[in-house]
Amino acid sequence: MNAPANAVLQPAVDARPAAPAEPRPIRPFYWSLRRELWENRSIYLAPLGVAAFAVLALVIHAITMPSHMPGMLANDPADPQSASVTYRVAALLMLVTAFVVAAFYCLEGLSSERRDRSILFWRSLPVSDLTTVLAKACVPLVVLPVVTFAAIVAMHLALLLLSTVALLLNGHAAGPLWRELQPFRMWLAMLYSLIALTLWHAPIHGFLLLVSGWARRTAALWAVLPLLALGLLEKLTMDTTHVGAWVRDRLIGWYPRAFGAPALGERVPFNPATGLTPERFLASPGLWIGLVLAAVFVAGAVRMRRLREPI
Amino acid sequence: MACIEARGLRKSFGGTVALDGIDFRVEEGRILGIIGPNGAGKTTALNAILGLTRYDGELRVLGHEPWSQRDRLVRDVCFIADVAVLPRWLRVSQALDYVGGVHPRFDRARAEEFLARTTIDRGSRVRDLSKGMLAQLHLALVMAIDARLLVLDEPTLGLDILYRKQFYDTLLNDYFDRSRTIVVTTHQVEEIQDVLTDLMFIDRGRIVLECSMEEFESRYVEVMVRPDQLGAARALGPIHERQLFARGILLFDGADRRALAGLGEVRTPSIADVFVAVMGSQAGLEAGAAR
Repeated sequence: MNAPANAVLQPAVDARPAAPAEPRPIRPFYWSLRRELWENRSIYLAPLGVAAFAVLALVIHAITMPSHMPGMLANDPADPQSASVTYRVAALLMLVTAFVVAAFYCLEGLSSERRDRSILFWRSLPVSDLTTVLAKACVPLVVLPVVTFAAIVAMHLALLLLSTVALLLNGHAAGPLWRELQPFRMWLAMLYSLIALTLWHAPIHGFLLLVSGWARRTAALWAVLPLLALGLLEKLTMDTTHVGAWVRDRLIGWYPRAFGAPALGERVPFNPATGLTPERFLASPGLWIGLVLAAVFVAGAVRMRRLREPI
Repeated sequence: MACIEARGLRKSFGGTVALDGIDFRVEEGRILGIIGPNGAGKTTALNAILGLTRYDGELRVLGHEPWSQRDRLVRDVCFIADVAVLPRWLRVSQALDYVGGVHPRFDRARAEEFLARTTIDRGSRVRDLSKGMLAQLHLALVMAIDARLLVLDEPTLGLDILYRKQFYDTLLNDYFDRSRTIVVTTHQVEEIQDVLTDLMFIDRGRIVLECSMEEFESRYVEVMVRPDQLGAARALGPIHERQLFARGILLFDGADRRALAGLGEVRTPSIADVFVAVMGSQAGLEAGAAR
């Protein structure tokens, strides 16, 4: 068996010295990012799933309760915002999904490769720890927001198209729906929301990435328990809830800052009629402190990747 | 030129000393086998060479300091830990894309050529491949990289004998040339005896034996002694004695081959037999010192 194999290979061995000595151009960052998308397909499958679910829900609703359609889709005189509520709830669902996906992604980010020992394979290739960790940080900070935005727009378009067809089939005019929704304004508000939300949540993602690089196991517990313990300790000793308020602010505090305080009382966010307040958002110290913390956490994660060995 | 040069290489984990200040030098174009019992410090030494772990002392690999210059070093170094380290979700085609995308010295056509000789399907995921196929895939990736140093840590662990044989055959016939250096650790010593050019025994973080295979062959002699010559043979001071089919097999270190030829059948011992003898005498020495 050996002889023919060698015979086949002989030309290749001879040809090798003649091959160009010049190293080929490489793109470690690009391929590191590709690797993350290969490994974590939930990054794009989850938002697409939510979009499909929302569209399906509308279709089922239209089929089973056609009489409700005009009330839900078109302008209801009793509630001028009624038409956009469906769209805003669907978008909110998408943002929550993206946050959950990002959190789980970060918690696994630097631990799964140590658990299955594949870190030995990745580290045998000339990709620095910095490149690897930056590619991983890019997923919740860039890739997921872009995917989420695209999924929201696609979902809204599908919903709009279906609603329009349903309205026309039932003999209603579609014009009021479009006027009420102001889709482009709504998408602009969505894009703005996604940017604000991503910047505001950056330290959360950075922290989870750091914990996943540090913890030997149960990274999720290590990420959450200290905060819980701190909050409990505070409650027991001083009977205050500053820790809880601080966590709450870090999770949803971007919204009142980015959209103006009055919106906080609203049940369903992203009202297209609400004014955007980017100057207020950019002026909040919480944003900049968070970004500095995020940078520190990511730098710590790079260090962890260098120091930690397979589990 | 020395490919690897270590002076006073030391590493401890808490109170356990994994490498106890060892010195060694591996010249370019050699194939070094590092042999030792479990926990002897083999993997720690390899990890230090690869820049995967911090160490004390002086270490130069291809002119670089592995820990601080790891990113630069890995371009010229290839590494197979064991067959289990390829991520299970990775597809064969993705592995080719990724390595090709990040390694400046990867020759994809060469990797494809190796894979074409196997039954591995490009669309398969790593988790669907058998252990033998995994080793072939890893080998195909590594051999397509024009590296100067190849480090193998138990590369054939868990493979059946056919794949093990094929692994080393392919490595020698298709990969190795005098400009490359290979460092390998394994427990399957017999299979690499003819492959190695140099040998190192390591035990509890110390080098017990270090020699080239030529030295090994001229230094160690094994004699299957005729029963009537047993007393005479023992008088020559064997380092080890064992019984096989009621005949004494005596192992000598640096004895005169011509003198031994009269005592029985003379041959070159296997690495495994010398390993047992050397490790046994180590243990004996330490037991003596403790008494």
